[in-house]
Parts: sequence; C-alpha cells; structure tokens
Amino acid sequence: MSVRGQVQKRSLLRRRLGRITGHGDYPFNLIIAAAALLVVAIVIAIGYQLWSNSTLSRVAFGLKFLWTTTWDPVAQQFGALPFIMGTLQTSLLAVVLAVPISLGIAIFLAELAPEWLRMPLGFLVELLAAVPSVVYGLWGLYVFIPALVRPISVFLARYLGSIPLFAGPAYGPSRLAASLVLTIMIIPTISAVSRDVFLAVPRSQREASLALGATQWETIWQVLIPYGLSGILGAVILGLGRALGETMAVTMVIGNNLDLSLSALHPGYTMASVIVNEFTEATYPLYLSALIEIGLALFALTLLLNLFARLLVWNVARRVPQEARV
Amino acid sequence: MTVVVRAQSRQRYLVRRITNTVMLGLTGLATVVAIIPLLWIVLYVLIQGGRFLSFDFFTKLPTPVGVPGGGVVNAIVGSAILVTLACIFSIPIGILAAIYASAHPNTRLGLSLRFATDVLSGIPSIVVGIFAYTVVVLPMHQFSALAGGVALSIIMLPTVTRTTEEMLKLVPNSLREASLSLGAPEWKTSLRVMLPAALEGVVTGIMLGIARVAGEAAPLMLTSFGNSFMNTDITHPIAALPQTIYIYAVAPYKDWHDKAWTTALVLMTLVLGLNITARLIIVWRRRKLGLG
Repeated sequence: MSVRGQVQKRSLLRRRLGRITGHGDYPFNLIIAAAALLVVAIVIAIGYQLWSNSTLSRVAFGLKFLWTTTWDPVAQQFGALPFIMGTLQTSLLAVVLAVPISLGIAIFLAELAPEWLRMPLGFLVELLAAVPSVVYGLWGLYVFIPALVRPISVFLARYLGSIPLFAGPAYGPSRLAASLVLTIMIIPTISAVSRDVFLAVPRSQREASLALGATQWETIWQVLIPYGLSGILGAVILGLGRALGETMAVTMVIGNNLDLSLSALHPGYTMASVIVNEFTEATYPLYLSALIEIGLALFALTLLLNLFARLLVWNVARRVPQEARV
Repeated sequence: MTVVVRAQSRQRYLVRRITNTVMLGLTGLATVVAIIPLLWIVLYVLIQGGRFLSFDFFTKLPTPVGVPGGGVVNAIVGSAILVTLACIFSIPIGILAAIYASAHPNTRLGLSLRFATDVLSGIPSIVVGIFAYTVVVLPMHQFSALAGGVALSIIMLPTVTRTTEEMLKLVPNSLREASLSLGAPEWKTSLRVMLPAALEGVVTGIMLGIARVAGEAAPLMLTSFGNSFMNTDITHPIAALPQTIYIYAVAPYKDWHDKAWTTALVLMTLVLGLNITARLIIVWRRRKLGLG
C-alpha cells in the first residue's frame, strides 16, 4: 500500500474513532463521573466500614453501650458514657466561650474595621486554623496550662467550688483546659463563616435601620444578627462539629482520666482521645470493636451536625439575591 | 413636664451612645483576644524550638533519652513520603471530580458530590484513621506508610476538590466558549484551556491541602504507627513530624520536650509557610481578576 493510502486509512480510522467516542468526550465524561462517584463512595464506605467493624460490640452491648459508664477492658465490659459526656461537655463549653468572641471578630471584620485592616486581620484569624493540632497540644500542655489555666482553675475552685461544674480540687490538665484550647481552635471556623453571613446581608437593611435613627450597634444587634441568625447558627454548629472531633490537642491537655464528676476542673476523657490512646493497645477483637463503635458514634454525630449546619447556611445563601451581596 | 421628658430622652440617648461605643469597642477587643494565642504560640515555638535547632537536627536519627544531639530525619523523610502518597491519591481524583462538579453542578451525581465533599471535610480525622485501618491495615496485617497515605489523602480530598471547583468557576466563560467554537472537544477544553487558566488556584488548593495533612497526627497513630528508625518502604510503619512531636511531648523527659519544641518549629515553618504562600497567591489572583 502506498504511503498516501496508509495516511488516508489512518485518518479514516481516527475519524471513525472520533465519531464513536464523541471526539474523546464519552470516555472523558466517564472518567470524571467515575472520580465524582469515587468521592461519594468513600463517604459511604467510611460509614459501612465503621458499622460492620463494630458489629461485635454492637451485638454484645446493644444501645446501652451509649449510656453505661463501665469501661473495663480487663472485665471485657464497655460503656461509652464517660467519653460521650467528656466530648459533649468540653465541646459545648468551648462553643459557649467561642461564640461571643467569634461574633465580635465577624462584626469587626465585616462592619467596622477600616478597609486596609480587614484583610490582614482576617488573614491572622484564619491562620489560627492552620496551626497543627499537636502544636496546640504542646503549647497547651507546657505553656497555656501553667500560665493561665491553672490560676483560673484555682480561682474558680476557691470561689465557685460549691457549684458542681467548678468543684475542686483544681488540676492542671483538665476539661477546662481542653475547652479553652478548643475555643481557640474553633474561633476561626465560626468567625469566618459568620463574617460571610454578615457580608451577605443587603446594604438596604443597614441603611433602613440607620435612617430610622438606630446607632450602629443597634443596627447590628437588632437588624443584622436577626437577619443572619440561621447562618450564624450554621457557623456555630460547624464550629461544634470541629470541636467534637478534635483529637490530639484535647488528648494532650485533658488528662485522660475516667472521672465521672461533672466538674470542668477535673481531668476527663473524650471519644476521640480514647480512640487514639487505646486503639493500638486493644488486645482482643471485642475491645477494638468497642473503640470502633465510639468512632461510629462520632461519625454519626458529626454527620448529623454537618447536615443541619449546611441546611442553615444554604438557606441564608438562597434567600439573599445575588446583586445584594457586597 | 416637657423639660422632664426632654431630660429623660437626652439621658436615654446618652445611654445608647455609650452602649454603642462600648459594644463596638468590644468587637475590636475580641479580634485582638483571638490573635494573641496565635502570636503567643508562634513566638514560643520560635524561641523554645530555635534554641536546639542545628544542622544535625535535619540529618541525624533520634538519639535515646539523655544522649544529646540527634535529629528527626526519619520523621522528615516519613512526612515527605506520607504527604507524597496523599498527593498521588487525592490530586488526580480531586481535580477530575472538580471538573465534573463544575461541568454538571445540578445533576444528581453533582449534588451528591458536593454533599459528599462537605461531609468529608467535616468527618473527624481520627474517624478517617479508623477507616484506613480497616481497609488497609487489617487486610495487610501490618501498619504501613501506605495506610497513612490513604488516610491523609481522604482528609486532603475535599480541600483539593472544593478549591479546584471554585477556581474553575472563576475562569471566564468566554474562554470555554472560544475553545468549543474552535472545534475543540469538551475534554480538550477542560484539560487544556480551563485547567491551565485555573492553574494557580488549583496549586494553591493543593498547597492548602498539603498544609492541612502535614500537621495531622491522629490518623497516623492508627495507620502508619510511627518508627524510630529510618524507613522508606511504604509497606512498613513510618515516622512523621506531628506524631514525633506528640511522642516527645507526652514523654517524661526534659530533653525530649526540648526536641518536641524544635520539631514543632520545623513543622510550623512548613505548614504556616505553605499556608501563607497559598493565601497570598489567592489574594494576588483575585486582585488580578478584578474581584478585589
């Protein structure tokens, strides 16, 4: 066959191949769809693996796993309540402390700060989220606790010790220490999301309020915050989700102690920290299964919270017309 | 009568003015309060960690307790291997999924993908560690760098996917239309026109992802386990910088605490450096595109 014939044949083949494959679009679409599907499949696989690998423990203890307090690997008795309580107590306290500060930051960055300050300040607050968890733990353990947490704890135990939440004696590593470190760690999440919520409030809302004679603070408190309330709530829940799953920093400052009292000044234990502490030491299948079930509970909890938060934030984003955004 | 009313209203006005000033001042104070820990941590790590920083720290293996000198070269190499593995798994999948998300945002799969990305970014890293343990460590009967890489790649995946998607959205539509009108197929338009146009953004997304996983210790405790010797075999346990910090920090030895601070300095330089660079690129890019 002549060279020309070969070339013709090849180009014919190419054209036919192009027609069959949509000029390469069909296989390409297949590949990107497969990648998208894989991401979805990973989430499902995580849920499935946690569920199936915790079967032993789920069968042995049933739902009472969640509200019994005995955690005794030697007697093969497992109940996760101390960890669940520890996680909820530290995270909720952290959220209570972080919300006013984060809202203050969001208001300052969205409404008050001069233009040239907004960017660098927002930048610094966001860098708080970039510090590795284990560095927070190291700093918390050797700097923050001796310098600040212990004096505060001693003070609280002395003057408010009659309240169960602040019952003494005051330790160094404690639930309070974990809460305070968590507070610092979730401030960037809550403040960044609620700043975006404030920025999404239409300018006309502010102008209307100011025109009626409200001060700037009254405008923020009575107009902007109610307007963006569901978005702010979403931001708070995202922060809570981060706090619930935080592992290393909490493990390093909470003291890892099965203490059943309510006192924030006592050392405690959380779901994430018991997993990281005991996982590689779990010597028999039921023990490992119980730890994985704690992971399953943590997964379910953060999944629900995230769902709820996304719904709230989406709601706000949808309500605000595009052109109203500043 | 009128005088009393006027006096009252003036008083109320004064109270409102004072409330306004105080509350607005407090928001500024909140910002300062939040930034103090950042500066405190950075300065402390610099001062404490800087004291023992030496060339040996980057080139020598750890020494036993009480023996001075030594370094964390095993953890540096380990972290590099783990992050590389995470990139190998997560970058191609993340970018391809992002192309899908930007091309078909409202199909059922596109919506599920967005939801899955959101969920993935909210799952605690320790839970991802358990997952990697069950799918890699259990079948292989061994802790391994590979398992750690799988865990880190899942943690990194949502960051890569979301940033790439957002950067693809920023590319002007006219570019895409021009390419299609010249007869280029969709795939060529996506890979040769859109992706290069969004490249800086994609790279920053990858950098943010790396910065995030390079600091993760929790999932590694269940997967790559740690190793006090040099290892480059990905089927065996391997050391990592954040995990080394943890081990040194919770040990009861003073010289290990010093090493924890120095390791933290190395890790912080890496993580914050990547983060700051990536954010500066984003700012610069937005400015170039006229988005302020």
